[in-house]
Amino acid sequence: MDVPGLFSDLFFDYTLRTIALGSAILGIVSGALGSYAVLRKQSLLGDAMSHAALPGIALAFLLTGSKMPLVLIVGAAAAGWVATLFIMSIVNTTRVKYDTALGMVLSVFFGFGLVLLTIIQKRPDATQAGLDKFLFGQAAALLERDVVTMGILGASAILITMLLWKEFKLLSFDPDFASTLGFPVRILDIILTTLIVIAIVLGLQTVGVVLMSAMIVAPAASARQWTDNLGIMIILSAFFGALAGISGALLSASVPRLPTGPTIVVSVSVIVIVSMLLAPRRGILWRWWRERRQRGRLRLEGILEDLYSLALEHNDPGHAHSLSVLRLMSAGKGGVEKSLEILSERGLVRAVRPGEWALTTAGLEEAEKTMSERSGMSDER
Amino acid sequence: MSGEQIEIQVIASIVAAACALPGVFLVLRRMAMMSDAISHAILLGIVLAFFLVGDISSPLLILGAALSGVLTVSLVELVNKTGLVREDASIGLVFPLLFSIGVILISRYAYNIHIDIDAVLLGELAFAPFDRLFIYGRDLGPASIYVMGVILLLNLAFILIFYKELKVATFDAGLAAALGFTPGLIHYGLMGLVSVTAVGAFNAVGSILVVALMIAPPAAAYLLTDRLPRMIILSVLIGVLSAVSGFWAAILLDANIAGSMASVSGLVFLVVFLLAPERGLAAIARRRRRQKREFAGRVLVIHLLNHEGTPEEARESEVGHIEETLRWKEGFAKSVVGYSVKRGMVLTENGRLRLTEKGREFAGRSVVEEFIA
Repeated sequence: MDVPGLFSDLFFDYTLRTIALGSAILGIVSGALGSYAVLRKQSLLGDAMSHAALPGIALAFLLTGSKMPLVLIVGAAAAGWVATLFIMSIVNTTRVKYDTALGMVLSVFFGFGLVLLTIIQKRPDATQAGLDKFLFGQAAALLERDVVTMGILGASAILITMLLWKEFKLLSFDPDFASTLGFPVRILDIILTTLIVIAIVLGLQTVGVVLMSAMIVAPAASARQWTDNLGIMIILSAFFGALAGISGALLSASVPRLPTGPTIVVSVSVIVIVSMLLAPRRGILWRWWRERRQRGRLRLEGILEDLYSLALEHNDPGHAHSLSVLRLMSAGKGGVEKSLEILSERGLVRAVRPGEWALTTAGLEEAEKTMSERSGMSDER
Repeated sequence: MSGEQIEIQVIASIVAAACALPGVFLVLRRMAMMSDAISHAILLGIVLAFFLVGDISSPLLILGAALSGVLTVSLVELVNKTGLVREDASIGLVFPLLFSIGVILISRYAYNIHIDIDAVLLGELAFAPFDRLFIYGRDLGPASIYVMGVILLLNLAFILIFYKELKVATFDAGLAAALGFTPGLIHYGLMGLVSVTAVGAFNAVGSILVVALMIAPPAAAYLLTDRLPRMIILSVLIGVLSAVSGFWAAILLDANIAGSMASVSGLVFLVVFLLAPERGLAAIARRRRRQKREFAGRVLVIHLLNHEGTPEEARESEVGHIEETLRWKEGFAKSVVGYSVKRGMVLTENGRLRLTEKGREFAGRSVVEEFIA
């Protein structure tokens, strides 16, 4: 792969620049707004809204006869909105659960969209070319004016989140508290949902209806692993989204027959996996490593304590004890010899004879210290 | 009606029934979105099995797809178990990735072979009758009828055999575990069933509409009954009804059949949602209105009883005055008075209200019931 050439193309090749820029904008906007969706347990709402956008796009085209991105975006957003409204009213008034309402609205709207698409397809006066690309997205068909539209809409969406920063934060973490403080929770909810709809609709042209939900969930879920701070999370999430967007666009441009949308989704999934494995404090590998270290420390302490209690029994700190006794006392936990070696390297125990061990003076002090710490802890309880 | 049209309707009805059966349990177990995840992820299984077998019509493809469905479920649970993301997010993370890998594999390596992603997602029921089953050169009808028929019987058998286990595991997972039913096994069995059904059905109706047929009919049935057997039967009926009328709507509009079936199933839910006898919006509104009027009637007689025999009685029993004191709207007061007169609780005498014997007794009882007890 010609990497320097690829990067010069990124700046000078019209098509690649447009695609990369479009994907980056999509990543930033969906990453930033997706953070709110994920925090508010609405990860799958993105899935529903993106599918529901299809009939909106088709209807907008049927009514206006125009394929202007702005017209289609308005149609998609309106349909996404109606879908959300349906979901909320079904959940609020009946015993049908959220997941059922979500799945049903998603698939029924999508089915209705298909009906409309086939009707459009068969109309003699209009070709639906350009509409079906919303299904899977077609980044290659992005034009500069599409990217400009995306940029303006995305920038305004992000500007609004910045203006309503405090309100949205409160709404995401404690809506009840927000309403007791007198914030118009309902209106804020509507604004935030609208912004998420905008983020989704922006991505439909690039990654398509089916995969858009990943762009809402994945960057935010990755960012969540690295921080507990909302501001940092949103910035990180936008960054991850952009990273996935650009790398997906570049990859699909440099490898033949690699569709852009799915490549972006795979890139963002790699970011998720890396984050879940490596993120400090929360990451799986990090936790595993910490547990391992703690286990090792506890084992050493255990041996010291065993030796200490034996020394108390014999009333002689220097009394040597055989390995087999220590093994017995650690109740088959294993690794006794290795632990003893580590302890003797630290000068806490010494081998009086081969296979027989005793505490050193430093070891005695250390054992007393850990014992008292532990009894202090149990007293507190 | 041509023979082809009848065949399409038969296929559609079998698909709808086969989808509705496991769908009931998905809806009850709050796992509806899992069908969405599975129906997308089976694309990967189909592609991988195709690479292994090299034959697009091999039944092994169904097996591969079913395995990938179960893989999806296990991956979602694996991500869940890390505790790093919430459950809904883990579904949203897993299936787009699997689907994307499937799409990439197709466009990289299978671009010249006929696995049409559009067809996987959207299905084309209109072509189903052309793929026929021949045995010894005899035409036995469309192959889909047999494939989906077997799947329908499989679903039916699973539900009949494990009915008790499914029921307990669905409504009380703790009890099921305590009784030794291994909820995990039932869970995976159900998920395997959903996968197989989704694979069989995606050929005919496409993966996204499988979701509609799995969820919408059981959701509608859920609003119509409290009993599990009735819910299962109703779901199947609603599914078949949606399938057949969806077909005719598609013919009428000259549109995609599967999409039209999904739309009709949504429409059926909408009608049930609005008109269901006890849980529909209209019934809820009617009940609220009735309760409101009933309560207002009680308040009225209590108010009259309260002032009976006092110096203010004449003034307090004027309709206009009552309206003001009880802060009722004008029309509402009139309807409450009419309602109370009709029930024989009060009498009107030149603009004043007077309690009847029955009304007096009712008011006394109401005071005890509403405000003391």
